[in-house]
Amino acid sequence: MATEILMPALSPTMEEGTLAKWLVKEGDTVSSGDILAEIETDKATMEFEAVDEGTIGKILVEEGTEGVKVNQPIAVLLEEGEDASAADDVSSGAAEPAAAPEGDTDTREAKAPAAAAQPADPPKADASPDYPEGTETKTMTVREALNSAIAEEMERDENVFIMGEEVAEYQGAYKITQGLLDRFGDKRVIDTPITEHGFAGIGVGAAFGGLRPIVEFMTFNFAMQAMDQIINSAAKTLYMSGGQMGCPMVFRGPNGAAARVGAQHSQDYAAWYASVPGLKVVMPYSAADYKGLFKSAVRDPNPVIFLENEILYGRSFEVPVLDDFTIPFGKAKIARSGSDVTIVSWGIGMSYALEAAEKLAGEGVEAEVIDLRTLRPLDYATVIESVKKTNRCVTVEEGWPVASLSNHLSAYIMENAFDWLDAPVLNCTGKDVPMPYAANLERHALITTDEVVEAVKKVTYR
Amino acid sequence: MATKKAGAKPNVSAEELLHYYREMLLIRRFEEKAGQLYGMGLIGGFCHLYIGQEAVVVGLEAAADEGDKRVTSYRDHGHMLACGMDPKGVMAELTGREGGYSKGKGGSMHMFSKEKHFYGGHGIVAAQVPIGAGLALADKYLGNDRVTFTYFGDGAANQGQVYETYNMAQLWDLPVVFVIENNQYAMGTSVKRSTKSPSLWERGAAYGIKGEEVDGMDVLAVKAAGEKAVEHCRAGDGPYILEVKTYRYRGHSMSDPAKYRTREEVQKMRDERDPIESVRTMLLDGKHASEDDLKSIDKEVKDQVNEAAEFSKESPEPAMEELWTDIYAKEIPQGEAV
Ligand SMILES: Cc1ncc(C[n+]2csc(CCOP(=O)(O)OP(=O)(O)O)c2C)c(N)n1
Ligand SMILES: [Mg+2]
Repeated sequence: MATEILMPALSPTMEEGTLAKWLVKEGDTVSSGDILAEIETDKATMEFEAVDEGTIGKILVEEGTEGVKVNQPIAVLLEEGEDASAADDVSSGAAEPAAAPEGDTDTREAKAPAAAAQPADPPKADASPDYPEGTETKTMTVREALNSAIAEEMERDENVFIMGEEVAEYQGAYKITQGLLDRFGDKRVIDTPITEHGFAGIGVGAAFGGLRPIVEFMTFNFAMQAMDQIINSAAKTLYMSGGQMGCPMVFRGPNGAAARVGAQHSQDYAAWYASVPGLKVVMPYSAADYKGLFKSAVRDPNPVIFLENEILYGRSFEVPVLDDFTIPFGKAKIARSGSDVTIVSWGIGMSYALEAAEKLAGEGVEAEVIDLRTLRPLDYATVIESVKKTNRCVTVEEGWPVASLSNHLSAYIMENAFDWLDAPVLNCTGKDVPMPYAANLERHALITTDEVVEAVKKVTYR
Repeated sequence: MATKKAGAKPNVSAEELLHYYREMLLIRRFEEKAGQLYGMGLIGGFCHLYIGQEAVVVGLEAAADEGDKRVTSYRDHGHMLACGMDPKGVMAELTGREGGYSKGKGGSMHMFSKEKHFYGGHGIVAAQVPIGAGLALADKYLGNDRVTFTYFGDGAANQGQVYETYNMAQLWDLPVVFVIENNQYAMGTSVKRSTKSPSLWERGAAYGIKGEEVDGMDVLAVKAAGEKAVEHCRAGDGPYILEVKTYRYRGHSMSDPAKYRTREEVQKMRDERDPIESVRTMLLDGKHASEDDLKSIDKEVKDQVNEAAEFSKESPEPAMEELWTDIYAKEIPQGEAV
């Protein structure tokens, strides 16, 4: 049976092209792979190969013809034994271009809910305490809390292991992994060479292969070298595999400015990671949150970015004494209640937020301070409920101002609580400069408590 | 397992030869069909065909055991068919339909199968290399004796993460076979134009990794080299590199202007070195099969591919709700420990 040879689509964007040159003529026999014609597309001149074998019965489009539409018949191919007359009554059946269904006219879409992901009712804020009142607590540094969280999770599940630079024999560049090598051995506490891109990828492969890796970056500044594996491999694979292949692992390490280490060692990546669907992003402030959230991170079936802070490592907080203390993701904490203004922060930003709230209290302004704790998922409900109560909001973020999480929060509040606002939302962020080294400049490049106090005064018109 | 001298032709049964013939032909016909569907606008975006390289993956699959893993680049259709994934599911993924391996959400470059231990389908050149070593790390950690085949191209061999991975794989004795599919071009850049150290497998020596060059147009040579590499890995001796010299007949992807090599060069390869033709000749000359036997295999394969194409056209597009699913897992969908 004769079949039509159709004008092919030779690039992702091609809709029509020029049939520049025929390399076969009527009567030629061709087999699969033979070049039939040269076709000029929107990108280049390309060769068009035969897929089936047969004889060219008729050429329907002369060479030099411009604007030949994709899927338009350009020649007729005869099968073995057919004569040229068959070319005149081609069965279009075999070659019928089964046009790709148009996505936006698909009837299935009409049946689907308008926006499947948007929940019908906004979720209510969950103000339940992280642990029951009266639970015994113990004073611990962030470092101790994190160390114990890692150890507890490694104890619980033998497929949990930790790898990174200096995590084992050196006991951790910031002593977070102190003692783990002795306790768990070098199979589970693995010193890597200085090779972030490579070991991040090895961590991803190990997670695909059934383990629960904890990958430590000495600091997140160096994770830029591993960014591709984190985003393209870890975050996107579940989706690209239609839900088949997940990547349960934690990437952790100190993030943001330490002290006087210059521009390349002082960046806050919160907004970068928080913009990526497929990642979960945690950035705790208190030791209890470090502990409870880290344990949840290890158990989470998704890739989790756990952003720590070197300055906080040595700070002490009360941590509940419980056998297995975890905090769910997506639950902000009201660190201080107040009715005059909402201050939203996370990570080390909380130090400025809380200090500012204390100062403001002395001046008669009661600030409600919200610690987001997890940035993805983000607890919008707690923020919105608070803003509806205080009618004012200031955000505090260590990172740069442009395309910051603070910008995102401002936009979200504007869209969802516009009528409740008595003043524009103000963002207190790091300055729009690389981090300087000089002590006075660095102090000024970061957020200061006074700036937060000023911002609150502005939104409360004082 | 008996060791074979490198280079020596191993004994091979008629059944095995017929199996390789069938497997390679399936890939070729499948890819031709994919090219055709692309031309009709049924497949979109990037589509990288494996035509010409069939002996690489079929030879290595013949050296693999149940539970061994594989991971590769975007040029992945052949790998999926060779490890036993269903042509229907692969083709339907190419057309972006619900019946595809990734429910239409991955496309030509991104498919996975836990069941067949196929770990993708990766679009970033060389990103699969550390991932492959990580899979091997998991196997070693879990104490089974599985091996991971990590495939990448000659172009990928110039990426830094390959050497980061070599270093760690050897340092930790990971059971991974690095398979460099050297088809002589990275898009339009020939190996010669991308490096002055063109013997890619020898670069492993800098890290203490053994390896060898293999004729990738000869399925039996690939199988023999694969067995040697697997044995090395399973014995706990760490990684092994196979640089498999092969050739792609088609363009890099569907939109390849074909200006960087001559038509004669391609034609010469097809005429003189075609991996399927040479097995066909072996079968006929050795009287292991008649023309009719082969014709009936051809027909079976063609039917199988047509069936896959039909399925890929009939399977509906994914439901709109799929846009919002599989971003986060509630359970742990990941590779099973074998
Ligand atoms: C990191 C990165 N850079 C560039 C590209 C674009 N790209 C896709 S394939 C390719 C050539 C790769 O050639 P090779 O590794 O030899 O594999 P082959 O296509 O020959 O199988 C390039 C440059 C990419 N996908 N990823
Ligand atoms: Mg190549």
